[in-house]
Amino acid sequence: MKTLKIEDLSKNFGSTEVLRKINLEIDEGNFLVLLGPSGCGKSTLLNIIAGLETINEGNVFIDDYNVSKVEPKDRNIAMVFQSYALYPSMNVRENMIFGLKQAKTSKEKIEQQLEKVSKFLQVDQLLERKPSQLSGGQRQRVAIGRALVREPRIFLFDEPLSNLDAKLRVEMRREIKKLHQQLKTTVVYVTHDQTEAMSLGTRIAIMNHGVIQQNDTPENIYNKPSNTFVADFIGSPSMNLIKGSLKESSGEISFTASGSNFEIPVKGYGFKDKSNLNNKEVFFGIRPEHIYFKKSNESDFEVTLRADLSEYIGHEQIMTFDYANQEILAKFPSTIKIELAKETKLYFDLTQTSLFDAQTEERI
Amino acid sequence: MQDNLKSSSYQQLEQKSKYTNMFLRWFLYFVLILFASYFIFPLYVMVVTSLKTMEEIRQGTLLSWPSGLNFDSWAVAWGGRGYGAGDTFLRPYFWNSIKMVVPAVFFSTLIGAMTGYVLTKWRFKGDSWVFLFLLFGCFIPFQAILLPMARTLGALGISNSIVGLVLVHTVYGIPFTTLFFRNYYVSVPTELVKAARIDGAGFFKIFFKILLPISAPIIVVTVIWQFTQIWNDFLFGSTFSFGEAAPIQVALNNMVLSSTSVKEYNVDMASAIIAGVPTLIVYVLAGKYFIRGLTSGAVKG
Repeated sequence: MKTLKIEDLSKNFGSTEVLRKINLEIDEGNFLVLLGPSGCGKSTLLNIIAGLETINEGNVFIDDYNVSKVEPKDRNIAMVFQSYALYPSMNVRENMIFGLKQAKTSKEKIEQQLEKVSKFLQVDQLLERKPSQLSGGQRQRVAIGRALVREPRIFLFDEPLSNLDAKLRVEMRREIKKLHQQLKTTVVYVTHDQTEAMSLGTRIAIMNHGVIQQNDTPENIYNKPSNTFVADFIGSPSMNLIKGSLKESSGEISFTASGSNFEIPVKGYGFKDKSNLNNKEVFFGIRPEHIYFKKSNESDFEVTLRADLSEYIGHEQIMTFDYANQEILAKFPSTIKIELAKETKLYFDLTQTSLFDAQTEERI
Repeated sequence: MQDNLKSSSYQQLEQKSKYTNMFLRWFLYFVLILFASYFIFPLYVMVVTSLKTMEEIRQGTLLSWPSGLNFDSWAVAWGGRGYGAGDTFLRPYFWNSIKMVVPAVFFSTLIGAMTGYVLTKWRFKGDSWVFLFLLFGCFIPFQAILLPMARTLGALGISNSIVGLVLVHTVYGIPFTTLFFRNYYVSVPTELVKAARIDGAGFFKIFFKILLPISAPIIVVTVIWQFTQIWNDFLFGSTFSFGEAAPIQVALNNMVLSSTSVKEYNVDMASAIIAGVPTLIVYVLAGKYFIRGLTSGAVKG
């Protein structure tokens, strides 16, 4: 049984296609993050799961029950919003029990739930306050509390940390993580912040233009991006994509950047399909953090590049090198001194590379 | 040497700008006082005239002070002289107006709030067109709809009645009240409505429990606007009612214009003040809440 299953879901606003044939499954207790740039349809998808938006095509199942036409209140879900959406005229207590009261829950049960949740979230001292008398972090807690008291099957979070300042955001992120670890509930979480997605999610679905680009564990998203969009979107600075082609001769496979003769052996790369590789136009992807200043492994491959630019950011530095007239970035500890406009020996970690078809932009 | 020169010239400049500032300030006060007296002057004339006897009015000037606090003309304006036919006084018409203005303000405000709520929080296909047509209602000259409205009231059997006037004022208030509430609710985050829907609240519950409690500032604005409009209306009142059913502004007009013998300026002035006092009271009372509502409103973080 899947806690949440989305089947061939499409949605358009007028002639604008917002979501296209979305398929998604979540197992009990998982934390799924919907990640993507603004306008990719992730919030619409969340609203559809909540029942706040109608569907043009496809179905949504919760616990194998088709809820596509079910009212939001009957879907057994709870949602936390970016603006917290606390009812301004009600105090914290009234805010938290509003849903239970609507559901005609017994008085004892309401009191019991309220006490449990408010203690758990440490808002039991604030019950008589109005939302306007709370700080941003407290409001966030109350908003989560309002969702918790209903004991839903699925929690939906719509960019809940975007309105907080940087320091509080990191704190609340940890609290949400703790919350999930303790309660083991199923969560769908929308964000455009990749750090949030990486640190919170047990699975991440990266979306762009209404299509899920990759739905995988954070490790796989980072190490084995399924296309150039994912490779480019995740990581800061993002993955270097060097344009070039493959060459296959007598069992050896190598990559050559366009406009150069320098060959990088890629025989060890885990190709999905080893046929027709010769002369294939590809992007060679390597993350800035997988370019080393010192050789540390047998598999590290030596290249000589000219340093063009150095950006110092405290604990590390980001260097820009010229690779056959293409810019590539590398990240080093700031203790290393590299002279600009000079050829420098660097090492590519060939176990951490990705190759993408230049036409389809898909991983090969 | 040069420093000395400099500092003395700075002192001169400082002195000069001090005088200029002082002059400008006094000039500003002078202008303000002038304007204020210009606006207060008619009120002054009305009040003093209403307190004078006819004798004093004939002998004194417009500005002269009354001999004492003589409220006789106020009593006449409010309650009449006590003889039968032809004695027009404001009391019954004042209550007519109250009976008209209270329900008309209530219903037009409530309906406007609901329409504004629907147009912002329950968007539907073509809603912007509905709003556009509603806005159009704000710009229609009221003279243009007198005839069709008269026919409608006749067909409904409520012409020449308070109920009819309530209907007219409610209908023609809705474009304005809708505009006010729509513009207010646009700034209320729609996530509030979404949260309430997930919590299981329906259309009316969300309106009465979530949105209406945070609408105090705009309710006050709407009530002030509607009350003033409806209370001061003469056109609809004089067209759709006569005799017993007339509102106060119509009665005031009849009183002042239909005097057969001598013009009783003191009674006229007292009547005019009585007819204007309720709107003033609404401004004074609600204005306070208006400012309070504006400063304490905390919809967003």
